[in-house]
Amino acid sequence: MTHRSVEVPVIARVEGEGALHIRVEDHTITDLRLEIYEPPRFFEAFLRGRRFAQVPDIVPRICGICPVAYQMSAIHGLERLFGVEVPEGTHELRRLFYCGEWIESHVLHVFLLAAPDFLALPNAIEMAKTHPELVKTALGIKRIGNDLMAVIGGREIHPVSPRVGGFSKAPHRRDLEPFLPRLAWALERMPGIADFCASLPSPSLPRPAEMVSMVSEDEYPMNVGAMASTSGRRFDATTYEGVTREVHVEHSNALHSVMADTGAPYLTGPLARVNLNAQHLTPVAREVAERTGLSVPESDPFLSLAARLVETTLAIEEAIRLIEAYAPPDPPSVPVEPRAGRATWTTEAPRGTLYHRYDVGEDGTIVEAKIVPPTSQNLRHMEEDLRAFLPGVLDSSDEDLTRLCEMVVRNYDPCISCATHFLRLDLERA
Amino acid sequence: MSASGGAGAQGASERERASVAPAVDTNGGPRVAVFKMASCDGCQLQILDAEEALLELAGAIRIVNFAEASSHMEPGPYDVTLVEGSISTPEQEEQIRQIRRDTRFLITIGACATSGGIQALRNATGRHEEFIRAVYPTPAYVASLEDSHPIADYVDVDLELTGCPIDRGELLHAISSLLRGAAPRISTSPVCVECKRRGYVCVVVARGEPCLGPVTRTGCGALCPGWGRGCYGCFGPAQASNNTGALARRFAELGLPPKQAAARFRFITGWAPAFREAAEELEETAP
Repeated sequence: MTHRSVEVPVIARVEGEGALHIRVEDHTITDLRLEIYEPPRFFEAFLRGRRFAQVPDIVPRICGICPVAYQMSAIHGLERLFGVEVPEGTHELRRLFYCGEWIESHVLHVFLLAAPDFLALPNAIEMAKTHPELVKTALGIKRIGNDLMAVIGGREIHPVSPRVGGFSKAPHRRDLEPFLPRLAWALERMPGIADFCASLPSPSLPRPAEMVSMVSEDEYPMNVGAMASTSGRRFDATTYEGVTREVHVEHSNALHSVMADTGAPYLTGPLARVNLNAQHLTPVAREVAERTGLSVPESDPFLSLAARLVETTLAIEEAIRLIEAYAPPDPPSVPVEPRAGRATWTTEAPRGTLYHRYDVGEDGTIVEAKIVPPTSQNLRHMEEDLRAFLPGVLDSSDEDLTRLCEMVVRNYDPCISCATHFLRLDLERA
Repeated sequence: MSASGGAGAQGASERERASVAPAVDTNGGPRVAVFKMASCDGCQLQILDAEEALLELAGAIRIVNFAEASSHMEPGPYDVTLVEGSISTPEQEEQIRQIRRDTRFLITIGACATSGGIQALRNATGRHEEFIRAVYPTPAYVASLEDSHPIADYVDVDLELTGCPIDRGELLHAISSLLRGAAPRISTSPVCVECKRRGYVCVVVARGEPCLGPVTRTGCGALCPGWGRGCYGCFGPAQASNNTGALARRFAELGLPPKQAAARFRFITGWAPAFREAAEELEETAP
């Protein structure tokens, strides 16, 4: 029996800190743990005792990359509990706000975090030397997403305008109109970007998976919708905690989610959304799906990158439609009277479904909070992907094996800050 | 906040480090590293979001260790190190001391690194165990310090950039100043001053809305009042005339009960001494 021990200090380009431990004996994986050592920050604990109005300023601090998702799940849930009728146009402005976050987060992942893998480059700065025009275009598109978040939220990281009842201030049409030519420019470039990504050599991991996403009769889901899975489950935010269950494993500061009845892992995120909502894809998004070879049903996690490009395109097209039809909500927000009870809601964060629950007292004080971020829902599935993927590549060099493992993890664009960030790979070969 | 204004520092606040000529390596540009402790990644994202400026800077500096952005990671020494996040685990206590040994000019970025962050809401509550139990079914699996600490509690810090998140402009100014061999000049005045400069209507006077603007450092450009709401203190205490007691009395006049007023101070940067003390005073008067 040959003995080989490999230690790779850091897997990079994910959000948050974790490590990967793999032990291989005679071509058999005897141990595999995705260890999350991002320190816990206890949001659910210190939300207790806070007034509901502070919640939209607290929860975005869980994640600098998807603060809008956190604000939206919280605000929608509390508004439903309090019976708030938001001013006309609020739904559309929130959707536009979310489009900004999808564009920003997806382009950040595809070009700054993931694409260097496929070119065997260490980072986007090196990629900017080999593919200057492409990187410049990508950064330009990402900038549009950031700017949309800022024009609506005040700033793109931890926006300040969203509140229970609406927005503290709504942008004027003249603030949004300058985005139209920029969005049209971005939309023209998406098919070319799709062709580039399709040309990159990629591993594949075809295996069945239960995929979970919000669904809506009216539109591609972001803020509003019920829940569905590719195995035919139908549920919603009020039953989320019964259908899924969180489990605590020793090697992780992030909880893992599984289906409560079968104990089986599931997958949430862009690939799940495209599978369950293909009928709502916008025209150029459809074209991008075709060019990247993504046709549903599709459960190969390596096509998540394609799904992000499809959704980036959809978000651009939706943003154009929403801005063309935009009329500012007037007033921008309505007063809110709290009432006691349970608030639950899901929205679709860039990485997948984000569930919030708040138990609220009569005076609007948070009694208990529960937040289930997409990355912790995907962690178990990531481990299983690694188990399925590794046997085929065990003969690779340690360097290649590390890169391939990182790619399997990075398919999920994991946000470990959310789930409780650099990954360290310890590989033991015995 | 000036280079020496270590919020929460245990004696480190009196050290004058920014006046020391910063590290400039003429051989390929200074070596820059970015590290993360307990945080949301938002401040690092401000670096990534500086896209074009970043590509331009990439010609003048060498980012040799930035795990979020690159799989190429070099060990120290570093000329300039940016640290996001608070010290929250026993491992981080060791890690930050090593980073300090490896670094010539240490810049802490963001509310977590400079004042412990929102996760410092657990500090001095005596409820750390309860907090772990509230979030994790099996508390024994979780290694976490009782308190969340600013970096300056452990090591000398040469420059603190506050904000949740930090302001990109302030960060780029700090780095470009260092490249020129100049000490960065970071505003220390309160949000109120910025509101007046910009001609914003005062949210306290006009709407009776509680606002931390009189005691909070600007760096945000008076963002919240500009967006029709009260400041919630995410850049931490302003240096001068930090009259939190007078503001607390104003909150009372606006009808805010002491406990709710305290919760305004005990928030994103609530562990910064000026805000912590204000909250404690209010809590003592609470029924």
